[in-house]
Amino acid sequence: MSEGGHWMHRVDPGAVLRWTLLFLGGLIMIAPLLYMFSSSLKPGSDIYDLRLIPQTVTLDNYRAVLSDGRFMRWFLNSTFIAVCVTLSTVFFDSLVGYTLAKFRFRGRQLVFIAILSTLMIPTEMLVIPWYLLSAQFGWIDSYWGIMFPGMMTGFGTFLMKQFFETVPDDFLEAARIDGLNEFQIWWRVAMPLVTPALSALAIFAFLGNWTAFFWPLIVTTSQELYTLPIGLSSFAVEQAIRWEMIMTGAALATIPTLIVFLLLQRYIVRGVMLAGLKG
Amino acid sequence: MSLSRRQAMWAWAFLAVPVLFYGLIRFYPTAQAFWLSLTDWDLMSEAEFIGLANYQEMFADPVFWKVFVNTFLYLIIGTPISLVLSFIIAYYLDKTRLLHGFLRALYFVPYITTAAAMAWVWRWFYQPAPTGVINDILGSLGFAQVQFLKSTTWALPSILVTAVWAGLGFQIIIFVAGLRAIPTTYYEAARIDGLGEGAILRRITLPLLKPTMVFLVVFSSIGFLRIFDQVYNMTSNDPGGPLNSTKPLVLLIYQTAFSSYEMGYAAAQTVVLFTILLIVSLLQLWVMRDRA
Repeated sequence: MSEGGHWMHRVDPGAVLRWTLLFLGGLIMIAPLLYMFSSSLKPGSDIYDLRLIPQTVTLDNYRAVLSDGRFMRWFLNSTFIAVCVTLSTVFFDSLVGYTLAKFRFRGRQLVFIAILSTLMIPTEMLVIPWYLLSAQFGWIDSYWGIMFPGMMTGFGTFLMKQFFETVPDDFLEAARIDGLNEFQIWWRVAMPLVTPALSALAIFAFLGNWTAFFWPLIVTTSQELYTLPIGLSSFAVEQAIRWEMIMTGAALATIPTLIVFLLLQRYIVRGVMLAGLKG
Repeated sequence: MSLSRRQAMWAWAFLAVPVLFYGLIRFYPTAQAFWLSLTDWDLMSEAEFIGLANYQEMFADPVFWKVFVNTFLYLIIGTPISLVLSFIIAYYLDKTRLLHGFLRALYFVPYITTAAAMAWVWRWFYQPAPTGVINDILGSLGFAQVQFLKSTTWALPSILVTAVWAGLGFQIIIFVAGLRAIPTTYYEAARIDGLGEGAILRRITLPLLKPTMVFLVVFSSIGFLRIFDQVYNMTSNDPGGPLNSTKPLVLLIYQTAFSSYEMGYAAAQTVVLFTILLIVSLLQLWVMRDRA
């Protein structure tokens, strides 16, 4: 008998109760998001009406928030930064992970331990030196200034090394006999074999940088360079208690991650599982 | 050229930029943070070496100790609550086939949202009636209003709820993965031996989940020790307030460095954070030592 049809034949009251409780718990979990979207669609005069379904639905808040142009700018900043940092992270973490997994050379173990040890160093300890470095090189308030600390990560390198170790040496040897150079072997032979790990790493890097707050808050000073979370934070302070505007801003910052989640749900969940088991 | 020489040459060619990066962006700044913690420096004049004076000042400062206690309150309340909640949800979620993916998504979505955005949603929830949903519900049930974010008693727990809520989805997914990794033959054998569900949970499931739990305790502890986004955004009119009752270590570091520009003093605070995080990580290695 198939798993799927099982519940239709025999309804267990305990199972129904458990399912209902799980579902109610899930509703509580997403209630903040539901309320956020609902009040972003209400006219300002209805903000004290706490019913979840708006009596009047209007897109005026979205028009108002989007028409001042800053949100578009922050959105583009966040997208540009997250995409660049993700590309860099995926490229370098897998290059280093591959080198450490597949090459035999003196100093390999030392490099691996050194990179692994960076996982113990909290970002908070590095921000003051990074700030000084940025001030010296004129990187404060620049895209590069926001991006440079995240170009490579110890976590991603570790994850990729684990995966490249599962690639059989015979494949690489065959490519060597075919006359490919080492860079081509990595890029054209090894990389396609670890796409699940690459996609997991890319999704983590993207979401992590999209929602990053601490370093962008420190290194940006002008509104034009804000990322979406920093922009939203300053926008919310400025709107004081116009909650319908703040909720609209919050919704605009949330919609892209929800779209990414809906499109890539399977990969994200699998990636979290991988990271948890490998971590 | 011999094969091993060629291999070494390629390896170092691949590693050249990364080694430079890790040296300049990770290791040198770490050493610099330690050095700065021994100096008095306001960014304007030269840094002046003052030995351990920053640490003496810090350990004599009641605000530092208040912040230290707050940081551990986030940790020791937040970690057990999120661990127990996520285990219970994962345990039943794992047994559910009907719309499993949909239920899982409901719990997981908060984890991927922007903390800054969600902090403002929760801040709105915590407003006094008639604006705030929670006070509105309390009022309709006949309870008194609570000034959640303005009360020295309630502000920290209120922020903590947001942080637990945001991290729960991740922990649930990790627990589900841990439960899936337990071979079904163990359960079958236990049922043949006549063990009930409770005994199976105690004698098989929980002991086999130990590595998962150690990972989650450490992961969640580190998360709470580094809490910042929620506190900053939920108390942005008086960051870490009221009366420092919600201020965690990272917010103190941020203010010392980037509002007061006491760079040396802030560096000393980061060294304390580093030390605490190191101890937590070493504890993890110690607990897991027999599994190596």
